[in-house]
Amino acid sequence: MSNNFLNIKSLSVKVDDKLIINNLSLSIGRGEVHAIMGPNGSGKSTLSNVLAGKDGYTIVNGAIDFSGEDLISLEPNERANKGIFLAFQYPVEIPGVTNINFIKTALESNRKYRGLEPIKPGEFLKLIKEKSKILGIPEDRLKRQLNVGFSGGEKKRNEALQLLMLEPSLAILDETDSGLDVDAFKIVADTINSTRNKDNSMLVITHYQRLLERIKPDIVHIFVDGSIVESGGPELANEVESDGYERFGDAK
Amino acid sequence: MSDKQEKLSEEDFKDPYEFGFETDIESDFAPKGLNEDTVRFISNKKNEPEWLLDWRLEAYKRWLVMKEPDWSSVRYPSIDYQDSYYYSAPKDSEKLESLDDVDPKLLETYNKLGIPLKEQEWLAGVAVDAVFDSVSVGTTFKERLKEDGVIFCSFSEAVQDYPELIKKYLGSVVPSTDNYFATLNSAVFSDGSFVYIPPGVRCPMELSTYFRINAAGTGQFERTLVIADKDSYVSYLEGCTAPMRDEHQLHAAVVELVALEGAEIKYSTVQNWYPGNEEGVGGVYNFVTKRGDCRGDNSKISWTQVETGSAITWKYPSCILRGNNSSGEFYSIAVSNNYQQVDSGTKMIHLGNNTSSRIISKGISTGKSSNTYRGLVSIHPKSKGSRNFTQCDSLLLTNQCSASTIPYIESKNSESIVEHEATSSKISEEQLFYCQQRGLNEEEAVSLIVNGFCKDVLQKLPMEFAVEAQKLLSVSLEGSIG
Repeated sequence: MSNNFLNIKSLSVKVDDKLIINNLSLSIGRGEVHAIMGPNGSGKSTLSNVLAGKDGYTIVNGAIDFSGEDLISLEPNERANKGIFLAFQYPVEIPGVTNINFIKTALESNRKYRGLEPIKPGEFLKLIKEKSKILGIPEDRLKRQLNVGFSGGEKKRNEALQLLMLEPSLAILDETDSGLDVDAFKIVADTINSTRNKDNSMLVITHYQRLLERIKPDIVHIFVDGSIVESGGPELANEVESDGYERFGDAK
Repeated sequence: MSDKQEKLSEEDFKDPYEFGFETDIESDFAPKGLNEDTVRFISNKKNEPEWLLDWRLEAYKRWLVMKEPDWSSVRYPSIDYQDSYYYSAPKDSEKLESLDDVDPKLLETYNKLGIPLKEQEWLAGVAVDAVFDSVSVGTTFKERLKEDGVIFCSFSEAVQDYPELIKKYLGSVVPSTDNYFATLNSAVFSDGSFVYIPPGVRCPMELSTYFRINAAGTGQFERTLVIADKDSYVSYLEGCTAPMRDEHQLHAAVVELVALEGAEIKYSTVQNWYPGNEEGVGGVYNFVTKRGDCRGDNSKISWTQVETGSAITWKYPSCILRGNNSSGEFYSIAVSNNYQQVDSGTKMIHLGNNTSSRIISKGISTGKSSNTYRGLVSIHPKSKGSRNFTQCDSLLLTNQCSASTIPYIESKNSESIVEHEATSSKISEEQLFYCQQRGLNEEEAVSLIVNGFCKDVLQKLPMEFAVEAQKLLSVSLEGSIG
């Protein structure tokens, strides 16, 4: 079981007739942390969107198997409720909806899906206060409208808060480190790292090695032109940091 | 109408009980069509004083020479006014045998709104003989109001019991000659509600026709009159979140509000009449005239409305800001789906000094519907130091629907300020995807985003009503994307 938690087999994806992901295969086992590094435009965000089920992508070939199920046939919300969480590179603003209400709604739909009773209001409040505190999120930000007027860093912290609250089995972090200042970066990275356990897996998409110093991946993949050109241990990240992607065939 | 029919009707008037129960039922229908005799029939049925009959007749004569308005964006086949009944007592409306006879879609909606079975039967027009809790609640409620001297009764009762108040205020805000539909209502109105709050009294509870069981108010030609005497306050809730089964296609209601010095009236409406089916067949034509008069200084009138029903909505709840320092508010959510047409908005007429008005309108269109905000802000030459703020936001959920904002602004002095903001946006795929990625299905996501969009207005509703209105928005928008 552990080896086929997420299995991407020969995946090719087009956007408007342009091939973005080209014959990609990738397997993530339970409890493993994988990192994907690659230059801009290499298709990293496309991969995270395809995994989360966003519209607008045409899967021309391949299969994605998640926990023994065909992921492609599932709706985005079903994927979410089955444990896939995408920390957005650009979190979306929803005017008029408070942050806390949004998180509660998400948690409830998650619990409902898993056949759990709605969480007691007091219990929820305690939980969200506790998690916010870890991430250094002031309580008044919970009462604000979701991401409306949040700085880039505030938005990213808020993504991390949702991750902590929803406890996904596969967290996809799409450049969660961008937009964070040094201190916030440390807090967010360390907090996310602390959620690691033998059951939960992570796919960390990043430009920079600095995030991988705090969230130590088991495997690093170098992503160029829509497919993995090399995989290895954390040392691969160091190599990219010093030499760039040129060796891996990136023309840029 | 032929002489023969007229005679028969006159016979009926002599003594309603003369012909016994069965004949009485028959006589509770005015013959089809509209003429002077219909007006007399209704007035007589209600045992109205001569002056009120004259008032109705005058309206009728005026109506004959008026033209149906065609300036709005709504389009509908011409209405044959001679092909309708203008009076039928409520007890005679056709009853169904059981809920099995009711449109399953209607029942589905009731269930989603969490309406108890007994009330479902009542709303759907099933013959029920059970006594509802709400009836006794209603009685207790009336006694409590009596203690404070608040009058809250049906319009017909008020005509009998408080003729001097009716005579003084009826038509004083919406004259019987005001517009085609208001004039028609003035001639043939059947019933409605009457409220009077004595000086200095803060009405101890929200007044509503919505104790769902209180049937008195609803009808084809409803007439409501609310008077808040000096320094009084009242919050009035009209309507019901549950859709009502209704055979009448044309509704032409009139609502008049009068706020005397220092008084405040808060009037909230949920309108959920039958909108027609998915192909645009059927549905209520709702032509309503609602107007409030801030007659005294420092008075305030606030309209809040959530409109999700009717095939056609033509409605502009307005405020005449006559008193100095008076203020008017209009908060509106208008949802249109399928082939619904909404042309709605408000008029703020600034006459007094330092008057202020605030308009927040949220239009949500989906399906193939059209949704127009049409509003007038008029600041008269003598209305110095007056202010208006208007914000109109439209949200579109599909590519086939339309939204328009048509503001008319007239400012006739230089010492007043008028602000207008308008936005129009399509529901964003990014927002939907974000919500779905967190586990909400598409409908839950739409509902969350729409409720967020409407928040400024929902907040203005009384708490309990707001919760129901939120549910109603979700139900109205089901399956609206994709």
